[in-house]
This record gives sequence, structure tokens and C-alpha cells, in this order.
Amino acid sequence: MAQAEGLDKLLSEHPFFRDMDTKVRGIVAGCAKNEVFEAGQYVFNEGGQADKFYILRHGSIAIEVDVPSREPLILETVNDGEIFGWSWIVPPYRRTFDARTLELCRIVSLDAKCLRGKMEKDHSLGYEFYKRFIPVMAERLGAARLQLLDLYGNPRA
Amino acid sequence: MAKCGSAKDAVVIGTDGLDALIKLLAKDGYDVIGPRVESGAVVLEPVDGVDDLPAGWADEQDGGHYRLTKIDSPAIFEHVVGPHTWKRYLSPPAQTILRARKRGKGFSVEEVVDAPKYALLGVRACDLKAISLQDRVFDNGDFVDKGYFARRNKAFVIAVNCTRAAGTCFCVSMNSGPEASCGFDLGLTEILTKTKHVFLLAAGSERGRKAIAELKKKKQVKAAAAADRAAAAKAVDAAAKSMKRKMRKDAARLLAANREHPRWEEVATRCLSCANCTMVCPTCFCSTVEDVTDLKGKTAERVRRWDSCFTHDFSYIHGGTVRRLRSSRYRHWITHKLSTWHDQFQTQGCVGCGRCITWCPVGIDITEEVRELGKRRT
Amino acid sequence: MADPMTPEPFRIERVSRELADTFTLDLVPVGDKRDFDFQPGQFNMLYHFGVGEVPISISGDAGTKGRVTHTVRAVGTVTESMADLKKGDMVGVRGPFGSTWPMELAEGHDVVIVTGGIGLAPLRPAIYHVLANRGKYGRVAILYGARTPSDILYREELEAWSARLDVSVEATVDTAGTDWTGNVGVVTKLLPRGNFDGRDAVALVCGPEVMMRFTVHALNDQGVTNDCIFVSMERNMKCAVGFCGHCQFGSRFVCKDGPVFRFDQIEDIFRVKGI
Repeated sequence: MAQAEGLDKLLSEHPFFRDMDTKVRGIVAGCAKNEVFEAGQYVFNEGGQADKFYILRHGSIAIEVDVPSREPLILETVNDGEIFGWSWIVPPYRRTFDARTLELCRIVSLDAKCLRGKMEKDHSLGYEFYKRFIPVMAERLGAARLQLLDLYGNPRA
Repeated sequence: MAKCGSAKDAVVIGTDGLDALIKLLAKDGYDVIGPRVESGAVVLEPVDGVDDLPAGWADEQDGGHYRLTKIDSPAIFEHVVGPHTWKRYLSPPAQTILRARKRGKGFSVEEVVDAPKYALLGVRACDLKAISLQDRVFDNGDFVDKGYFARRNKAFVIAVNCTRAAGTCFCVSMNSGPEASCGFDLGLTEILTKTKHVFLLAAGSERGRKAIAELKKKKQVKAAAAADRAAAAKAVDAAAKSMKRKMRKDAARLLAANREHPRWEEVATRCLSCANCTMVCPTCFCSTVEDVTDLKGKTAERVRRWDSCFTHDFSYIHGGTVRRLRSSRYRHWITHKLSTWHDQFQTQGCVGCGRCITWCPVGIDITEEVRELGKRRT
Repeated sequence: MADPMTPEPFRIERVSRELADTFTLDLVPVGDKRDFDFQPGQFNMLYHFGVGEVPISISGDAGTKGRVTHTVRAVGTVTESMADLKKGDMVGVRGPFGSTWPMELAEGHDVVIVTGGIGLAPLRPAIYHVLANRGKYGRVAILYGARTPSDILYREELEAWSARLDVSVEATVDTAGTDWTGNVGVVTKLLPRGNFDGRDAVALVCGPEVMMRFTVHALNDQGVTNDCIFVSMERNMKCAVGFCGHCQFGSRFVCKDGPVFRFDQIEDIFRVKGI
């Protein structure tokens, strides 16, 4: 229980959980675990089971894709105060890209099965999560579309 | 409106007197440019005497329609305005503005100002207003177009008051005609009755007064009778009253408020983007430059040419054209002419000459487009 | 300014390759125009003998007199032919033209510079000015977006500015290989993490128009109001003196009313398509 309280404090300091009802956050903390990754480690890989989702406290993460015969391509970086690994909330809960640490990262991971179970039982908890997840997903989709425009590319090239 | 040429001091001359005036100006070193009939239209070209002027011709004008018809009358100024405007001379369609010469690794550049001395004969009130609007464009407060003003300041302007309106005229609603009140050296009104054919002639400047004095010496001038002045005023008044088209007074506001409007799509289905309206418009001033070299690459010239906002390349920035669609090009043209021009130059940008209506191949009517915008919503 | 319509001869003192398609020309006047003076944000018309003329923003230090620096991207006939110019060659210069970044107005406030691609070039004189007068400004944040790490303009300078304790510099790219340890993503994403107070900041923005559209929203989200946002617009500038009509943007001539506009003054037409 002491650990859960410590995790609850860590969560409360993260922007993703800002203004979340303390009771609700307490339930979430029950599924949480503190993790540290060294620089250059994969947090998860494309195709893997999305059994966790991640609250990035310190550090930065590259979301990347491996391209055969080429260097892997970084599609996006995630920094302090952001979350990553949102496949946990979308069936069939499969990772779409690789996530690799660019430096030492301090992360709180949340057990997806645990959380999905609690959300199924308590829909208001589910609603709290969707309210926070959908803006993040929309922002990433918007950013991806802008990147697709290749705004800075040479129009004559 | 302040009157610069006072009818009170006006004199009367005959067609001989008009001929003498043309010759007097030519002798004074002016290239006299006036109306004459060519290729079935009244154009503005060099004239040597009164015989070159389009006596006995009237024009029939409507949307996309222009015909010259022979009339049983000796009237010289019965026609109204044709496809040419005076910008042809004051801001020519193609002018060399720079000449550069290669010198070693570098080059030298010299400015070219070509400024013939023009006498502009037969400038209608709308066109006179248009010249004053272009004066403002080419002296915008920050920069002055030296070439334009070199020609402009030399030009001797002989205005002609309209005694007939063409079918596409709407100068009354633009407050720019049919009477020329200001900005000329000499002002003419043709008076044609059963018994006489004369011109009421008023001076609008010192140069104009001197010209009248010269004509007096040649015994071409008579004092104007009250009846002459009355006949002239009546003829001009009749032209004003016969004008059928008019521009809505709130055009500037309507256009500013309707940058998004279904009418733009509608007009784009008719507009051919041919640029005719901009070429015949007496106030349209847009230009482009072309840099050319001789075959050896030793000398280069910069030629400034009329351009049109209806061309695809006009708004080109690296990568593409900003006003890609015809609807956006038409919107730009009419909005500039009737609305944003006021913001840019604190004057109107349209004078109601009607040329854009007449010379539009599909007869798009600027007054009708504004009326339509006003109809659907505001 | 000498005759605004006639190019003055300038000699190329140095050509620096910046990126695959981008180069910098350092020019010195050889004619009468020895006292060339400009303000950050302004542009010159550069003339390549017999080929033509292009508007190029001035990207050097306004504090350095007697020299003018232009960073040019080869994207058209004239700029592509300029890519062949060498030290000692001559180009014609007309200018400087246009409005300036609000360097005085920004004094006493935080300054946030948001830029992308070649858009950093017109902002470099503003950055030089802020750094030379560092005490007059609050916090300074430079946020820059590029296509890939190898497309980052003035990379060494950005790194040098980044090393200063009194400036925060964040760069991001659209895509990168794994040797890149910096940010990947859109430039707007850097804003929430930028070290500035949105309610007391003046924002200077220059980049592709789409990027600027999104940046204005992102700045608003940080509390920066439209009267504190300045954008540099691009339109087809040919004469640079308001005579040719090409660069009209609503009622504005970008060449003489712009290129730098206070955003609230163009807000009504900024998002109108094909204006």
C-alpha cells in the first residue's frame, strides 16, 4: 500500500493526471509500477502485446519504425510530461511502432489488463481515461498529418 | 466638386479651330494622341488634324458587345470610350526601364526613362478621373514612379465632356462623369444644333489659357454666348440622365463582407480568365518585368509589361500559385477595384467607364455582380 | 535608399553552402551605396545579370555595417542560377524594403521565436539583435522546425545559442534517423515546453503559411494574444515598391506594408483561401 501511495504522488505530479479526481487516481495507482530505462533501451516493439501504458516522468522516447535495408526512422519523440503506448486502449491491443529511450527515462507504467478490467467495471473511470486519451490521440494524428505535408520540402525537388 | 475650368471664361471654336489647336500642339513638340477609327473601333492613336477624328461615328455598347455605326451627323465626339485608355501612353504596355552592361566580372546598370511629350485629346471625364487615380498609385507615399510622372507632367490634357452615354457607362453612380470638372488643360464640349457645329472651350490651367490665346491670335476663337453655355450644359445633362447602368453605393462594404460567397463560383463558370477587363480598365496598373539579354550576354534590359491578376502566374510563389482558382482571381480583381483600393489609396478604384463590361467576351457586368452579392446576404 | 527601382552593384565577398539547396551570400557594395543599412525583417531585391530579380530577406546582422548577407534557397529560375555565383561575382541589390520585426516593442517582454525551414533566415537578424541587447528582453525562446536533421539551417549557430544560459533553443524535425537524439515532431509541439510566459511574450513567426496557421493557434493556447504575434508573409514581390500589384494580400502590399504583419491586423483574411 505504501508503494501505491508513493505512485499516487508521482501520478498526481504528471500533467496527464492533472485535475483527476483523487479517488479515481487512487484506483489507477493500484495498477501502477515505477520503472527506469537506460538510454537506448526498447520499451516495447512493434507487433508486441500492448499490456502496459506509460507515463513519462523524465527523459525522452523515440517512437520509431524499422525499415529493412535502411536506418530505423524516428517518427516522433515523446518528452517529460507526456504519455506513450496508447495501443493499450485500442483492440486488439497490439503495438504499432517501436519505442526506444533516447536517454535515461523514469517512467510509471500502468498494467493495461488491470486498468481495462477496472474501466469495464466502472465506466466513469473509463470516461475519465477516454477524456484524457482522445485529445492526445487527436494531437498526434494532427501532427502526423502536418508532417505528411512535408512543409519544408523543396517544392521543385 | 470644385470646378477648375470655369465655363464663365469659356470661348467657342469651330472644327477649324480644333484643327488649328491640334496643329498648334504638334508645332509645340507634342505627339497629339486622339480618337480615330481603326479595325472597327475608336482607338487612341496619333492624330495630325481634325480630319483624323471619328466624325459621324457612334458606338453601340453592351455586355460583350461593341459596334461602330455610321450616323448622319458631323459630330466628332458622338462615340464614347473604346478599348484603349490613356494608360497606354502614360504607363505603356511595354517599357524598357533598365539597361545593364557586362563589365569584367561585374556590370553597370542605368535607368531608362522614356518620356515623350504627349497631348491627349478627347479625355473623357471617367478617364480623367482614372488618370488622377493612377497618379495616386504611382506616388503611393513611399515611392514615386519617375517614368510615369515624367510623362504625366509633360502631358497636355484636352478633356471632352460626354454628350452621349454608351450602354455600358455608369460614371454618374461613380461620381466621375459625364462632365470633366478638374485636372485638364483644356475642356471641350461639342455643341451641335441645326445651325451650328462648335465647341465650347474652357481653360483649366495656365498652359490651357496660353493655348487659347494662341488660337485667338489665329482668329479661331469667338466669345461664348449664354446660349452656347446652356446648350453645352443641357447636352451633358442629357448624357447623365440617359445612363442606364449604376453601381451600388455600398459596393466596398459588400465586397469586404463577402469574401466567401456562392456567387464567386457562379461567376467563375462564365469568366474565361482572359484578362480583357484588366487590359481595358483605365485604372488597372499591375505590371510584371522581364529581364532579357542580347545573344552574346553582354547587355541586358529590364522590360516592364502590363500584367493581369487573371493570369495563373500572377500570384505565383515558390511551389505554386496562390489564386489557383478562377473564382479567387475574379474575386481578387473586383474586390480590389471596388473595395481594397479604398484602403490602399484612399480613393475609389473604378470610374464607371464600362469598358470591362463591353470588352468581356461573355459580358460579365461588374455592376450586376455587385448587385447579386448584395441580394443573397450582406 | 538610392533609386528604389535601379539595382546597385554589390560584390560577392563569400559564398557559404548551408544545405543541399541553400547557400549564403555575403555582399559588399561597390557603387555609391556604401552606407547600406537595414532593420531586422526587411528584404532586398537581388538581381542576377540578365536572368532576373528575386526578393530575398536579409539574414545578416543589422549591427554590421557595409555588408549585407542573404541566405538563398534554390527553388526557381533566378535562385537556381544564383547557386552558381562565386566569390568576386557581382549581383544587383535594390533595397532594403518592407516592414520590420518589432524589436523595440518587444523590449521588456519575453521573446518567443517560432520558425521553420528557410524561415529562420529572415529571423536571424532579429535573433542577433536580441542577443546583442540581451538585457533589454525577458526570457528568449527559439523554437525551430526542419524537415530532417540535415536540413537544419545555421546548425552551428543554433547550437552556440543553445549553449548560452540566457536563451532556450529547441529544434525539431519531421523525421530522423536513429543518430538524432533531438526532437521529432511538429514545431508547435515545442511551444508548451518553451521557456516563456505567454501572457507577457511577443512572438515572431516565420515559416510556410500552413505552419504559421497552426503556430498562431498554438501560441494562443499558451496565452499569447494576436496583437503580440508577428508573422512574416510571403507573396509574389516583383517591384518591391507597391507599383506592380503582384504581392497584394487583401488590401495590403506585402512588399511595403509587410512582409512583417502584426497578426491581429491580417487575421480577417489570413485563413481565407486563395486571397
